Amino acid sequence: MSQINKSAAQLLAPIVSNKKVGQYHQIIINVGDLANLCKPGNFVAINVGGDSSSMILRRAFAISRVSVNSTFGGTMEIIAAPHGQGSKWLCAQGEGVVLDIVAPLGTAFGIPTEPVSVLLVGGGYGSAPLFGLAEVLNARSCRVDMLLGASTASKIYAPMEGKRAVNSMRIYTEDGSMGQVGRVTDPIAEIIKDLDIAVVYSCGPMAMLSAITKITDSLSVVHQCAVEEAMACGIGVCMTCVLPVENEDGTVSMLRSCIDGPVMDGSKVQWSLVGKQL
Amino acid sequence: MTSLDFSTTIGNTWFPAPTFTASGCASSGRELAQFFPLREMGGVVTKSVMSKVRTGRATPRMAETPSGMLNSIGLQGPGIDAFIAKDIPYLLEQKARIIVSIAGETVEEYSTLARKLRSVSGISAIEVNISCPNVENRGLVFACDPEASRRVIDGVRRTIGGELPIIAKLSPDVTDLVSIARGVVDAGADGLALINTVLGMVINVDTMRPHLGGKTGGLSGPAIRPIAVRAVYQVHAALPQVPILGMGGVASGKDALEMILAGASGVSIGTASFGNPTAIMKIQSELKQLLIDRGFTSLKQAIGYAHRPEAEQDND
Repeated sequence: MSQINKSAAQLLAPIVSNKKVGQYHQIIINVGDLANLCKPGNFVAINVGGDSSSMILRRAFAISRVSVNSTFGGTMEIIAAPHGQGSKWLCAQGEGVVLDIVAPLGTAFGIPTEPVSVLLVGGGYGSAPLFGLAEVLNARSCRVDMLLGASTASKIYAPMEGKRAVNSMRIYTEDGSMGQVGRVTDPIAEIIKDLDIAVVYSCGPMAMLSAITKITDSLSVVHQCAVEEAMACGIGVCMTCVLPVENEDGTVSMLRSCIDGPVMDGSKVQWSLVGKQL
Repeated sequence: MTSLDFSTTIGNTWFPAPTFTASGCASSGRELAQFFPLREMGGVVTKSVMSKVRTGRATPRMAETPSGMLNSIGLQGPGIDAFIAKDIPYLLEQKARIIVSIAGETVEEYSTLARKLRSVSGISAIEVNISCPNVENRGLVFACDPEASRRVIDGVRRTIGGELPIIAKLSPDVTDLVSIARGVVDAGADGLALINTVLGMVINVDTMRPHLGGKTGGLSGPAIRPIAVRAVYQVHAALPQVPILGMGGVASGKDALEMILAGASGVSIGTASFGNPTAIMKIQSELKQLLIDRGFTSLKQAIGYAHRPEAEQDND
């Protein structure tokens, strides 16, 4: 067995900036050389609430982007939604506040060795890590097209600069308040055929990932998805964030989404068994 | 530099430091090894292993609560054979001291596990996790049934012979912890692990159903620390010669010292490692300093120090 999380380190890292972007916060953290080790798909686990907090568990965030030669040294960007007590605390922290972080954790998106066409699908702020991924894919001369979806316009995360690395970006909202009315899954089958897509990358709610798998399973296309499960530790010791995943021999195991994920092969995840006793 | 003998003993086994992982909170050590060398703590208490592969309970398996969390894993694990084949060699290679935790559904299963471990070299002790439902007695947890607790430990003792120390891990969810502790010691336990998690529940007010897939879960973290300190104190008062591994919400050197003063010979760190992968190293160095600051020259002097007579306290 290979070493688990072999690039991971725990460090005290200051916030460089915290900007509100729509309903979300874009938080940039100075992580020094650690930025070199972060790959699209990896996540960071952050202590919340300060020393006397009653919140004892870290919060996991996808690393949406890294910059290795910014004016601050290496930096990491995360996109946070102030939903729970922990993320609200984090979103309220300003420049200079030092965070206790553990990163990079988990699996990364696999990058094709050939310049193929790929489709990136993001739901809500699950789109955040896809922009960093798009830049990497673009640098490999892949054709990158993107689909973003949410229930309503304010839940779409699509920074202006994010569009630079993609060939096209289409937005879907269920209430029609932005882009086209409908779900992000509506046009996928057609796009895969029209653009001869080799890999679909996705990040967002589990229902969306499951729906994409239904489409990709019937087509000859790889589906790499970044899953979201409640985690206590983020480093593989607590066994709480498990998902049913098919093994090579056809049996199903409960794999940890923190170390065997968050990026998983969508066709192997047994979506119908999520939340069920095996 | 002030010298401090930081070592401890459980049964006939010596450990260079009194700091351990708590079973179920460090898997089999590999995950924490990225953050510090496993040999630098007292020992790794591995996740309770059963005879066969276990897939565990349905998700959600976790709920954070004030200063704590509930977990409902259901002893997911690889089974004893894979554990012996893969995890023991890894831990030995890391030069970690190993306490293997075992769990069973019947008295016989515990003995079977002990038989398999008897021939494995390099193990420092066995922890017998008796906080499992007894399928032969309507699912009543062994640890809540004095007679069943005794029979499990007796079976393991007979199987393993006299050499390897046996540590019985007890549940705090009982009326008379001391009598259960006395029973398992009479049956052959060399040490006690106190305490396992406290049974709890969280109801999701949106779905208006229990939040966890397994409905109930074990509460851990600083929220249960006073319960653990009380348990260690009471059992040490009754059985002062029996080494105790104290656990339950230990997150700092000060917390560890509380356990030691209450009567623990060592401390296990569980949930704190979830929030901080280097918690054990931090706790270890803080505990050392606190002992030195209080004038102790050995850890052993501090074990149960909170029990000393009033008159002695006044002279200090």
